[in-house]
Order: sequence, then C-alpha cells, then structure tokens
Amino acid sequence: MTQNRPWIPYLLILPSVAFLALLFVVPLVQTIWLALSDNGAPSLANAERMVTDINFTRSVRNTFLLTIVVVPVQIAIALAMGTMVAKVGRGRETILWIWTIPLGISDLAAGLVWLSILQNTGYFNSLLFSLGVIGRQASWLSYQTPVALFIAIAVAEIWRGTAIVMVIIVAGLNQVPKEFKEAAEIFGAGPWTRFWRITLPLIRPALQSALILRTVLAFEVFAVVYALGGRNFPVLVGEAYNWQNQNQNYSVAAVYAVLIMIISLAATLIYLKALKVDPERLP
Amino acid sequence: MANIVIDRIRKSFGAFQALKEISLTINDGEFVSLLGPSGCGKTTLLRIIAGLETSTSGDVRIGDRSIIGLAPKDRGLAMVFQNYAVFPHMTVYENVAFGLRMQKADDARVKAQVEKAAGLLHIEPYLDRYPNKLSGGQRQRVAVARALAVEPKVLLMDEPLSNLDALLRLEMRTELKTVLQSAGTTTIYVTHDQTEAMGLSDRIAVMHNGVVEQVGHPVEIYNHPATRFVGGFIGNPPMNFIKVPVSNGQVVAGAEQLAVPEDVGNEIVLGLRGEAVELAPLPQGIEMKVRVAEPMGSHLLLTGSIHDQPVRVILPASETVKSGDTIGLKLDRKRITWLSPESGKSFPAVSA
Repeated sequence: MTQNRPWIPYLLILPSVAFLALLFVVPLVQTIWLALSDNGAPSLANAERMVTDINFTRSVRNTFLLTIVVVPVQIAIALAMGTMVAKVGRGRETILWIWTIPLGISDLAAGLVWLSILQNTGYFNSLLFSLGVIGRQASWLSYQTPVALFIAIAVAEIWRGTAIVMVIIVAGLNQVPKEFKEAAEIFGAGPWTRFWRITLPLIRPALQSALILRTVLAFEVFAVVYALGGRNFPVLVGEAYNWQNQNQNYSVAAVYAVLIMIISLAATLIYLKALKVDPERLP
Repeated sequence: MANIVIDRIRKSFGAFQALKEISLTINDGEFVSLLGPSGCGKTTLLRIIAGLETSTSGDVRIGDRSIIGLAPKDRGLAMVFQNYAVFPHMTVYENVAFGLRMQKADDARVKAQVEKAAGLLHIEPYLDRYPNKLSGGQRQRVAVARALAVEPKVLLMDEPLSNLDALLRLEMRTELKTVLQSAGTTTIYVTHDQTEAMGLSDRIAVMHNGVVEQVGHPVEIYNHPATRFVGGFIGNPPMNFIKVPVSNGQVVAGAEQLAVPEDVGNEIVLGLRGEAVELAPLPQGIEMKVRVAEPMGSHLLLTGSIHDQPVRVILPASETVKSGDTIGLKLDRKRITWLSPESGKSFPAVSA
C-alpha cells in the first residue's frame, strides 16, 4: 500500500509537525532573537545585564545545587520503591496507585502543601511545640535560615517528583525477565551483586529516560520554590519570571529562557553519552 | 557423592496442592527426567531443588546433606533455564565465567574453565560476542557452558530445548547427551517432551497432578506403564486401552486365550502398544475395523476400533491395508499390559 503512495506517511505526520512548528519553533526563534538583540540589532547587552545582576550567580548556584541533590535522591528512592514493590504480590496495584498520587498534584499546589506544614504557624512547628522541642514559633523558610530553606525545598521537590521516576523505573524493571535474577542467584550472586551487576545494567534505558526527564524538570524548578521561599531562594526560572513580570524586561527574561534550554540540552547530551544504550546488549 | 534424595516434598499454593508428597532418589552421575504435561508440578519440583521456591514440607538432600534451608548458591548446583537467561549485557565469555567470578576464582582458573566449557559446547568462536548476536541454539549452548563451567555437583535443566526449532532440538539433544555423559554430572531434566526424556534419560519420573506416577528406565516405562496415564502419555501413538470381558481367568483374542492376573472381576483393560501386533487371518486374529489407513513411509498407521473401542496400531510399511478394511491382528502377549478398569493401575506382568 504505502509503497505505491510513499507520501502517505508524510501526510499523516504533517499536522503534528505543523502544530509543533507553529507553536514551538516560531516562539523559540523569537525568544532567541529577543535574547540576542537590542533595538533590532544583534547584541549581547541582555546577556551582560543578566550576568551582572545580583541574583544571577545565586540562581545558577541554587538551581544546580538543587538538581545535584534532588535528582540522585529521587533515582535512589525510586529504585528502592521499584525493587520493593516487585517483591509484593497482592496489593501491588494499590501500592503503586498510592505512590503515584503526587503525580496528580500541580507543583504550585505541592508547594502550598509544604508551605502549610513549614510556615511559622504550620503543622511542623505545632508538632515541635507540642513535643516541647521548641518554646516558640521557629522560622524555617526565611533568608536567615538558608540551610533549612534549602532542605525544605529539596524535600518538597523529592516528595513531588519521585513518582514519575518510579513509574519509569517500575516499567523498566517489568521488562527484565525474572530468570536473569534467578540465574544470577543460582550462580552465586548475592542481592547487592544481583542489583548492581544484573538489574541496573538491564534497566539502563529506563534509567536514562528517568534521568533525562528528571534533570530537565529539575532545572525548570519554579513553583515549589516560589511557594516556599519566594525570592529568598532565587532559581533560574524564578529569575526569568521576575524579569518578565516584575521588571517588565522581556529581553533579559528571554536570555534566562535560552540559558535554561542550553543547560537542559547539555544535560541530556551528557546522559545520552554517559549512559549509552547499546541495543545489542539489551534483552 | 552427589546423589539426590527428594524426601516427601509437598508444595501448596493456597488450597491447590501442586506437589503431593514426592519422594525420589537420583543416583550419583545419573540423568533423570521429570516428565509430564504442563501443570503436573515438574518445574515446581525443580525450582524447589534449586532453592528458587520453598516447599511446604519435606526435605531435599544432596550427598547426605540437607539443602532445603540453604540459599541457592550454597547448594552446589547449576541450572539451565527454558529461555536460556543468558545475560544480554555481558559477552559470551563473561556469561560463561559468571559463576566462577561469583566464587572469586582467580583469572587463570576462570580462563581455563571457560575454555574447557566453551570447547565442549563448541562456542569458542563467539566468546567475545554479545548473546543478542547469537541464534537460539548458540545461546542455549552458552547457557549450558555457563552451567558446566562451575563444575556443579548437580545440574538442573528446565525445558532447555523447548524454545528451539525441531531440527535444532534433535541436534542439541544428541549433543547434550554426549556432553553430559563425558561430564558425568548428576542431572535433573524437566521436560514435557517424551521423546526428549526417552532419548536422554537413564531413568524417567513421569509426573501427573503433583504425583510421581512411575519411575523407571525409559524402555520399562514404555513397555510396562504403571498407570493408564503413563501409557497414554508416553509413546506416539499412545498406548491403546481396550476394555475386554474376562471368563475363567482368561481373555479371548481371536483364536488365542490370554491369561490375566488372578484377582480380577469380569472385565479388564488390555494395554497394547500400537506396534506390538502383527497381521493374522480372521478368525485366528482379533478383529479390527480400520477406519483410516495412513502410509507413513517407515510404517503404516491404522486408526480404527477393536471391540468398538478406538485403537491405533502400526504395521510394517509393506502391508497393504486400506481404509474401511476389517483385519485380524495377533497380539504380542509378552508386550501386553493388564490394567484395572477401576483404578487405572497396571497389574504386574503375567508370565505366559
């Protein structure tokens, strides 16, 4: 059929290509132009303005710090969850269902949930007070407590974003026939060896997808940070938002957007290279 | 000594009894097949011996040492899986070396053992390839080499040939027999394929519904099945079972009187292998109505009825019997198995 009419596949993918081109590529080109031009001429003035801003270095540092802390913890927790649930027979679906609840919560809502726990009049302080640990309201989210603020944001992000990693990893684990682990067990591999030498290499594709997805999302972190820390904890997307809305400077906001895109692309490339998946070595 | 004693093993999954008190002894160096239809419990029994499944009760001993509480790796055994379970992310060499590496063997020993096993299974040319580049038969060789490389006391094989095509299966069967004979490893082999079990085994344990129906030499099981199930499961075509009247301790078959075991009622089941007959003129022979005659080249397969009960018999290819004929058959009385119509169990052979 398609051999006689080779244009049919192209016709079928045309709508999606046109849609993406219109709503993605065009704004992308516009944004890049906005970032790299000044009064209609190519210029690095916006970039310079971004870099010299007092919050720039802090936002870069905070975003990277958060990503470096949050993503590995999420991968580790998701691997542990996936491995544990694999041992469960009855009730497996229910457990998975409960574990994926955070997937259905918007990031701003998640931020507000944690705000209600950690703010001065929140549940956490009430608990500490009733246990007699603190005598009066303690502050966790202010600029005076940067470590506590960082931990709070990291915990909220881990709570919110681990479910998606777990879903991908559980899917990956399901692809691994149980005979591989059984064979390894019979030939003398203990639980850790089985995990490191058999399971982990075999779920490499899932691991790669999860890492790319989670890292890109981690560089785009915004709503949770905004809800918990406001401007006390500047991050890249937060700065883009401020330049756009507070400062009404669309050009510097655009430079931030381009910077985030470059970082995400670089991270993706690094993962693709470092965790190269050789189809020859898959089950 | 690596004899295996399976002592009253039971396994229940909820209310379902997968294994109902299985006892079986396998001698050192012996090749024993667990043969039965799917769901008979043969794989469950093998997995209990391997330590991949726990038994509800009972004991398994290898060389007088109880292994039932030990981890699989401490049982001194190796296993070949139905889907090979050759690790796709390791080269053939690393696959074969896996068990030795886990035992922390030094490089020289690993190399020597891998080369030895690879030589036995003829996989030397593929040692640095990845399993995905290999055919099913080659992967199966890798799986067997991986198992033999650790020089196990006991080798467990779970339907190792069932994923191969027919021609390759025959070839691998012959080769397995050669390799395992020279290795001298005590082997338990699970299969649903009776020709595999017949061809490979020193002894066969025929399993059905969680029970061992009969253990014995392949020929003994073929000629004198202990139960109707065994007779029907082994052999192609399966054994014929004809219910016949008994009078004065004898069964009339054409002109012949066949003696039957003493304590039977007025009916008995005559178990007859399809090829244990020869053509005889009526009325000397027992009468068979031939519904279909199929010349198979090597032999002539006849489907029809004796005493209005369905039978299949095999005659030499040179005989000229056509569909619709009525023929007479002389039964080879030494190869008749008498079975109880009630219990389906066979009587001990009667001397003629």
